[in-house]
Amino acid sequence: MSSSPPTLSVTLRVWRQPGASQPGRFVDYPARNLNPSMSFLEMLDVVNDELTAKGEEPIAFAHDCREGICGTCSLMIDGKPHGPHRGVATCQTYLRSFQDGDVIVVEPFRARAFPVIKDLVTDRSAFDQIQQAGGFVTVRTGSAPEANNLPVPKDDSDLAMDAAACIGCGACVAACKNASAMLFVAAKVSHLGLLPQGQAERDRRVLAMVQTMDAAGFGGCTNQYECGAACPKLISVDFIARLNRDYRRASFRAAFRPQPLEAGGSG
Amino acid sequence: MNLAGRLFCTTIGRKLLVAVTGVFLILFIIGHLIGNLQVFEDPDKINGYAHFLRSLGPGLWIARVVLLACAAIHIWAASALAIADRKARGPQEYKMNRWLEATFASRYMRWTGYVVLAFVLYHLAQFTWGGVQSATFKDNLPAYTMAHDYTAFGFVAVPAGTQVPDVRTMVIRGFQNPVVAVFYIVAVGLLSLHLLHGVESLFQTLGWRNSRWSRGLRAAVALACAAYFLGNLSIPGAVLAGELQPAAPATARR
Amino acid sequence: MATLDSKIPAGPLAEKWRRHKTEIKLVNPANKRKYEVIVVGAGLAGSSAAATLAELGYKVKNFVFHDSPRRAHSIAAQGGINAAKNYQNDGDSVYRLFYDTIKGGDYRSREANVHRLAEVSVNIIDQCVAQGVPFAREYGGLLANRSFGGAQVSRTFYARGQTGQQLLLGAYSALSRQVGLGTVQLHTHSEMLDLVVVGGQAKGIIVRDLVTGAISRHAADAVVLATGGYGNVFNLSTYARQSNATAIWRAYKRGACFANPCYTQIHPTCIPVTGDYQSKLTLMSESLRNDGRIWVPKRAEDRRKDPNTIPESDRDYYLERIYPSFGNLCPRDVASRAAKRVCDEGRGVGESGLGVYLDFGDAIRRLGEGGVRERYGNLFDIYHEITAENAYRTPMRIYPAVHYTMGGLWVDYNLMSNLPGLFVLGEANFSDHGANRLGASALMQGLADGYFVIPYTIGDYLASLKPGSRPSTDAPEFKQAEDNVRSLTLRLLGAKGREPVSHFHKRLGQLVWQHCGMARNRADLEKGLREIPALREEFWSGVRVPGSGDTLNQSLERAGRVADFLELAELMLRDALARDESCGCHFREEHQYPDGECKRDDANYAHVAAWEYQGEGKAPLRNVEALTYEFVKMSVRNYK
Ligand SMILES: Cc1cc2nc3c(=O)[nH]c(=O)nc-3n(C[C@H](O)[C@H](O)[C@H](O)COP(=O)(O)OP(=O)(O)OC[C@H]3O[C@@H](n4cnc5c(N)ncnc54)[C@H](O)[C@@H]3O)c2cc1C
Ligand code: HEM
Ligand code: HEM
Ligand code: SF4
Ligand code: F3S
Ligand code: FES
Repeated sequence: MSSSPPTLSVTLRVWRQPGASQPGRFVDYPARNLNPSMSFLEMLDVVNDELTAKGEEPIAFAHDCREGICGTCSLMIDGKPHGPHRGVATCQTYLRSFQDGDVIVVEPFRARAFPVIKDLVTDRSAFDQIQQAGGFVTVRTGSAPEANNLPVPKDDSDLAMDAAACIGCGACVAACKNASAMLFVAAKVSHLGLLPQGQAERDRRVLAMVQTMDAAGFGGCTNQYECGAACPKLISVDFIARLNRDYRRASFRAAFRPQPLEAGGSG
Repeated sequence: MNLAGRLFCTTIGRKLLVAVTGVFLILFIIGHLIGNLQVFEDPDKINGYAHFLRSLGPGLWIARVVLLACAAIHIWAASALAIADRKARGPQEYKMNRWLEATFASRYMRWTGYVVLAFVLYHLAQFTWGGVQSATFKDNLPAYTMAHDYTAFGFVAVPAGTQVPDVRTMVIRGFQNPVVAVFYIVAVGLLSLHLLHGVESLFQTLGWRNSRWSRGLRAAVALACAAYFLGNLSIPGAVLAGELQPAAPATARR
Repeated sequence: MATLDSKIPAGPLAEKWRRHKTEIKLVNPANKRKYEVIVVGAGLAGSSAAATLAELGYKVKNFVFHDSPRRAHSIAAQGGINAAKNYQNDGDSVYRLFYDTIKGGDYRSREANVHRLAEVSVNIIDQCVAQGVPFAREYGGLLANRSFGGAQVSRTFYARGQTGQQLLLGAYSALSRQVGLGTVQLHTHSEMLDLVVVGGQAKGIIVRDLVTGAISRHAADAVVLATGGYGNVFNLSTYARQSNATAIWRAYKRGACFANPCYTQIHPTCIPVTGDYQSKLTLMSESLRNDGRIWVPKRAEDRRKDPNTIPESDRDYYLERIYPSFGNLCPRDVASRAAKRVCDEGRGVGESGLGVYLDFGDAIRRLGEGGVRERYGNLFDIYHEITAENAYRTPMRIYPAVHYTMGGLWVDYNLMSNLPGLFVLGEANFSDHGANRLGASALMQGLADGYFVIPYTIGDYLASLKPGSRPSTDAPEFKQAEDNVRSLTLRLLGAKGREPVSHFHKRLGQLVWQHCGMARNRADLEKGLREIPALREEFWSGVRVPGSGDTLNQSLERAGRVADFLELAELMLRDALARDESCGCHFREEHQYPDGECKRDDANYAHVAAWEYQGEGKAPLRNVEALTYEFVKMSVRNYK
């Protein structure tokens, strides 16, 4: 199958934008005689080499691992983040998913919180800020107890792993009509919230991360589940329900739980 | 941030408000529908019922205030979110943007919501204030004399012989204007659509939904909304079809 | 002539590290915040180091070229991480992990370092679990293990096929916490382009902001490089596309010795090359070898047949045949060369003839398709995505590919290079894997270095400095280094050619793969050594780097990296030529046993070769650090 159709040619309609402050526009680029088992990014490599040979500036696009794990690649292909297939990243999109003669629209992930840096490259550092606000378990190096001292029910740890599989690509935001980061945050909060290790900071974590998420300028969730469908790791929107629950409980606990006279120790 | 801030000033908090107030609004409209369906029974029923509600005095006002507050918060929160969501999308639109999963109803919540709002306002003007269609407004209609006792919770609420506003005739006359009837049907249709997403969505917002039974939930909600729509459809529908007539003048006057 | 003092503490092997920790100097807590440490890199090694040093109270600046620390190449590690926990009660121990690693490295690594690595391996698992790394567990709720190549015990901890990702997210979360607390100053999209050496000591770096193009100077009391491996010299590799050698190469040109550059690991289980457009090779985790059986047709004429039609009798399960006791689980170098051999015999499968079957037929019969999916589902999916083939039905096709570089900057027991103040961690250093790395040991080493070694050993160095003694960025050395970076950038942008960078990277890759790949020999190496300088010439005259230096310019980034690869490649071949023996991944055809196994020459080559830069156009100096084996006796590696 991999070696069936000979070659295909497509037209790429690509968003070009020289810099954050400059205006952008769509430009068409022909890509000819492509091998169907070529990856979408490899096609862009080829197009870029042709542009370079012509003395034009190549298309800037983000990529690194090219095996769907680093979360760097981030293209809106024909109106779907990461291209036509479910559960894959842009770098795992292969030309066999396209027809000869297709016109393929390629745009950056768009959101107010993801400003364009250049062409198809956007700034997703808002995700890092959310992590810095609370996406961790406070445990100094060396202070950890023997690993098998706390058993974790397999189902919990498997579920936590489902959430932890998030690669931080931002496709959920790109797909969401409200540019909401709920799926990402839900994945992060649930990963740690599902594990005993994460309990001590559970409330602080969810409150801090949600506050930072809002401050970063992401939208709210209207439960449309576009994110889950666009997610390369098919992170379940169930985690969003979990986040809502966690947030609700944490808010009320924070308001009604008696406060110690002195908050000793350090954050 | 304190609790109020967490509920009123964060996306999740606001969404929570929309959901909780939504629940109250739903409870009201369901109860309201059940009450209204008495229009199909003996005139005593709905007229007595309406009179009984009025006679609750302070109780009625408490209910009204709660309801009003819920509607206000619901609408405010939903609208505030809607505005923030638009803003979050950023300046540049996608050239090409496909729907992957979102249900039809979920895409038009705002619009269905606002139409319902408009409807409610008209509806109040028509049946509560008498601002519109005042000719058929209850106060301008001859009073109705209860033929039998109207009993609520086992004891007599409205004894036979009491003169009460003829709500039944008001409603039926009101709907004899086809434009109004059709407007009602459309409005409750949109409201049902609103609830089609709304009620399912509410479970997610409150954190009670997961994929193990989300299919069942979706089906149940669809059924409920259909039932709610038919229930509401039946009244103006029946009037249009001529099935529902005002009571004969004889019983109406002494 | 650099002096290579390994600073290995005296005493019995098992005591060295504990004793060393008690003996080295400490920095008093009040003083810690007066010391600034630059950490370049935020992979497993970099982020664990940056986070831990900040926890200790040092002022840390962390630089990565990625847009987020979470994207470091460590994220791609699939299979797992070793630790001598002996949870399986199958006879594992610190000593056995130490021994396996020494043996796996074909007796070309330091006993003391490797033993320390095995000791702290257990703390790593504790630390990661406490951070919330969702390792695979058994129904009892305790941690699960799997076995990995080169070991007869089951000591590998894993998180589905995403172990590296989960470990990195753990370290990243610790780092994020410190960034949030303001103790780590994080610089993303910032590429280190030169090391600043003041008075013979590493005191700062020059950085280019990849978004604005701004070039800046950063001074510190110590510089820690955790910048990963240089396997992308080969262009096609399992590395992330952006992994590069620039940081360590520029440090080398500032006087840091580069040890064993020719030790590159070729991983046996990767998806074969399909075309010249290809940008990377995808690894199929070694863990597949637990249940997959590797074979090729006995007869060359069968190689194009549908594998399912080839009867058992006509299949050659060559690893099981040649290495009965380790079978499909023999070490990577052995498995890779065996694959090369059968393909050279013309029995390779697939269009190119460069491939062997990895067959799960038996496993599926034994565990059922569900059982196999449970263990390897995501790997089978990856395979399907790339090849559009269903490995549950037809066997996978695999072939070796460049995967890891054991070589790197030379460091002593304290992980400090011969340049005082320059520390090197993770894959960027040469330390623990000798001539061949065992599976699931790199993650272990990266985290050991970052969490449990550098936090102690850097103190020993800093304690010897007066607080606040770090030079200002106005020092002439900083200016000189900055000018150096600027002129290189201008030179690349000014190149008058017409070929894209990729053109030269591809050619370099093929050249190194042919002359310095799985099997090497004098003639090839000498040929390669003549070709590389020529290719370098062509690069500088023939390359075209479009765009400007003051915006995001990916061509410029890559051009600089390839320029460094073009120099590094030459050093690799030099090293391979000078090491006139076979050991681990370094297979010199002149030195093999009749059965094609490595023939070491312990008398003359039981040493580390640490190359010292002598200046533009001059031949580098080959320093040696002798490897003495006090505790294990060097024997011929035998996996039969
Ligand atoms: C596909 C694959 C699978 C693997 N699987 C396993 C496995 O199962 N088990 C195992 O033990 N090992 C495995 N390895 C090996 C292991 O993943 C790596 O050796 C290890 O992660 C390297 O970590 P590191 O921290 O040293 O470097 P990296 O993770 O490569 O991090 C390098 C960091 O340095 C930064 N950097 C580099 N240069 C510069 C510069 N000039 N300026 C600024 N920043 C810079 C980068 O931004 C990055 O943050 C695998 C490797 C690959 C390729
Ligand atoms: C066919 C459908 C409906 C009928 C026949 C109907 C009928 C009535 C009548 C007769 C009254 C006045 C009762 C009285 O003052 O004596 C009333 C009040 C009201 N109705 Fe409806 N209604 C219908 C649908 C709806 C819907 C869909 C909504 C909400 C979305 C709604 C909201 C209200 C409200 C808020 C009041 C005011 C209650 C109060 O006095 O506080 N109604 N309705
Ligand atoms: C009887 C009247 C109404 C009822 C019963 C009702 C009920 C609901 C419910 C249950 C939800 C789902 C909340 C959630 O997603 O968690 C909802 C959402 C919403 N409602 Fe209403 N609603 C009513 C009227 C209105 C009105 C008048 C508006 C006018 C603005 C409105 C606007 C919205 C919007 C925009 C949402 C979507 C909120 C979101 O998904 O984020 N609703 N409604
Ligand atoms: S949740 Fe999915 S889509 Fe969103 S960042 Fe994580 S992996 Fe990407
Ligand atoms: S698509 Fe957007 S609306 Fe919510 S469920 Fe996903 S974040
Ligand atoms: S490039 Fe890493 S996920 Fe696509």
